[in-house]
Amino acid sequence: MAHDSKRPSPKGKKVSLFVTCMIDMMYPETGMSVVNILEHLSIEVDFPMAQTCCGQPAYNSGYHSESKQVAIQFLKAFKDSEVIVTPSGSCAAMVLHEYPVLFEDDPHWKAEAERIVSITWEFTEFLVDGLGITDLKARLSQPMTFAFHDSCHGMRLLGLGQAARTLLGNVENATIAELNEHEVCCGFGGLFSVKMADVSGAMLQKKVKNINASAASVIITGDSSCLTQMNGGLSRKGSSKKVRHIADVLAEGLAGEGK
Amino acid sequence: MKVESQNFIPAAQIAIRNPNIQEAVTTGTRNSYVKRNIAMSTPTLEHGEAMRQQAAEAKRRALRNLPDLLETAEANMKANGIVVEWAQSSQEVCRLVVEIAKKHNVRLVAKSKSMVTEEVALNDVLEAEGMEVIETDLGEFIVQIGKTHPSHLLAPIIHMTKPEIRDLMVKELGMTPTDDAGEMTKFAQAHLRRYFLEADMGISGGNFILAETGSICLVTNEGNGRMCTTLPRVHIAIVGIEKVVETVKDYATLTQVLPRSGTGQVMTVYTHIINGPRQPGESDGPEHVYVILVDNGRTNIYNTDYAEALACIRCGACQNACPVYRSTGGHAYGWVYAGPIGAIVTPLLVGLENASPLPQASSLCGACKQVCPVNIDIPRMLLDLRHDLVERGETGKIWDIGIRFWAIGNKSPRLFQMGGAMARFGRNHVLKNNFPGPLGGWTDYRDFPNFAPKSFHQLWKERQAAKNSNNGGSHNG
Repeated sequence: MAHDSKRPSPKGKKVSLFVTCMIDMMYPETGMSVVNILEHLSIEVDFPMAQTCCGQPAYNSGYHSESKQVAIQFLKAFKDSEVIVTPSGSCAAMVLHEYPVLFEDDPHWKAEAERIVSITWEFTEFLVDGLGITDLKARLSQPMTFAFHDSCHGMRLLGLGQAARTLLGNVENATIAELNEHEVCCGFGGLFSVKMADVSGAMLQKKVKNINASAASVIITGDSSCLTQMNGGLSRKGSSKKVRHIADVLAEGLAGEGK
Repeated sequence: MKVESQNFIPAAQIAIRNPNIQEAVTTGTRNSYVKRNIAMSTPTLEHGEAMRQQAAEAKRRALRNLPDLLETAEANMKANGIVVEWAQSSQEVCRLVVEIAKKHNVRLVAKSKSMVTEEVALNDVLEAEGMEVIETDLGEFIVQIGKTHPSHLLAPIIHMTKPEIRDLMVKELGMTPTDDAGEMTKFAQAHLRRYFLEADMGISGGNFILAETGSICLVTNEGNGRMCTTLPRVHIAIVGIEKVVETVKDYATLTQVLPRSGTGQVMTVYTHIINGPRQPGESDGPEHVYVILVDNGRTNIYNTDYAEALACIRCGACQNACPVYRSTGGHAYGWVYAGPIGAIVTPLLVGLENASPLPQASSLCGACKQVCPVNIDIPRMLLDLRHDLVERGETGKIWDIGIRFWAIGNKSPRLFQMGGAMARFGRNHVLKNNFPGPLGGWTDYRDFPNFAPKSFHQLWKERQAAKNSNNGGSHNG
């Protein structure tokens, strides 16, 4: 939360959704969950159609110039936005932590990058730290036990973790259990999972073991990338457990009660 | 030591498939990691984070003034009667040690644990000169009789299970088989005692050099360090130039975070501050004390943006916290320094072209930085090294081309949506659950979901259209 001091309050402002490339193509329903929750809170939401990716895959592989080309597209797509909300700690961290580095020596884009950094929020911190909402007054149709996997970039670069726990903890019928080594990486790491597939796979096996040993039937994460990795491993091992995005579970709770 | 870091991926695969390594490394790292977290946080230590920042600052300050501090340290050590030598390369270190040994008619050398002597492969050189060298740290001793290399900064045999250690001791030393760790330790200690008493020369590393007082600081847990530095006639401390710190106060801070971070101990069992050879009237201590200050590539790092890597105090916390290290163990990294810090200092010391897989051996999870007692930004340096690899054209053509296409597709909203549609078709209708080429590793371990039938872009467009027509409809109505 090193960024809070720099970011003005997002209260009362229109929200532009940065859905992330992964959710866009693979989990669009998660994007809709975010929209539904925000609209339920009477927040106006728009979706800039020119958005693509934050540029992280190239950046983390060392391809700064390619990453920057894509990041510039991000700046262009959100040029009229007042507040940007994204359901990913990792993509939010890319913008908040790496855009200042990426555009440090760029006289043309530096100012706009700084503006974008000052208005970008990860979804759960937007609700809890940005708007001060801790209870969505949501209710699940039946009791369910959850546990959290703390995604690395959100946890270590943005200090995330408590916001999501607070939000889900206040949902009726939701019980929160422990996940052993919840703070240990699932092994995804973007292209790391391709370049070092065996190492990534070994990390995943440990995560799968811990998930299977947890009392929770559903593991919650705020990143669809970690979710893809963990669900891929669980499904390969024939596990009955599932990883779900925090926004989907919260939206389900609202659909059950709110509207 | 020979550099085999280019071999990281196949070496990691072997380690991952070795159940003994998996069991031993997982257990060893987890224990130390858990103990570290307890030792560095409330209620054990209320100001752990502040102490970490203070330690980080002490090492940064030392690095900023390194040339001056080294001169101060040299002058004060000389005033204490210590002979100070400088070695630029590993060959120079070995040459100096051989010269000193010959001068003092050394036949038997007792060594306390030292990573820098691994770096310069000192034991091989001394043995070639006809000397007998014995490692006296228990872990290093097992490494020596097993003819292998340490796989961890603090726990050299973290990769071995107890039965493996037992079998090695039975085979090499004739130990009566036992599964009792205490018995095994006692046996090794009894075996080593003779060497302590008979050694002509002791060799140690150094955790810190204290510039202010001209002292060598050593922390150990087994007492072997004290034996090696007090019993033999000659003591040589071989220390990297980055180990110098400015004041006693700095040392006081650093010597607290080091054991807490490494093993979760509040303090090590033995703490030595060595101020020179035996003085007239003193009853023990060596007749001669030498310090060899080792560069061996460190000034090259000092002159780059990676200078912060020299702040490392070799506690091993990053290795214990790292999920990659926990899965591969240390030998896969192919040189002396393994784990996150090794993934940085190995390429910096031996050349990026000789260790190009190491900067990629990280999910960038950041656990290393979180536990580092001197707050080295390891993930940032891994990113920078990856960038260096790209600039040098050393990441492989397939990635150069792939990322370029990716960038073209992602800087245009139209191409992005077209690319998404193509990827959807490819994933959902062409590819089965084993991906081809460089993507194949993914599906070796995990299933990959189908793409959604419609992208969020499409869903949003339809939603807006429906909204507009509803609004339009109500107007008309």
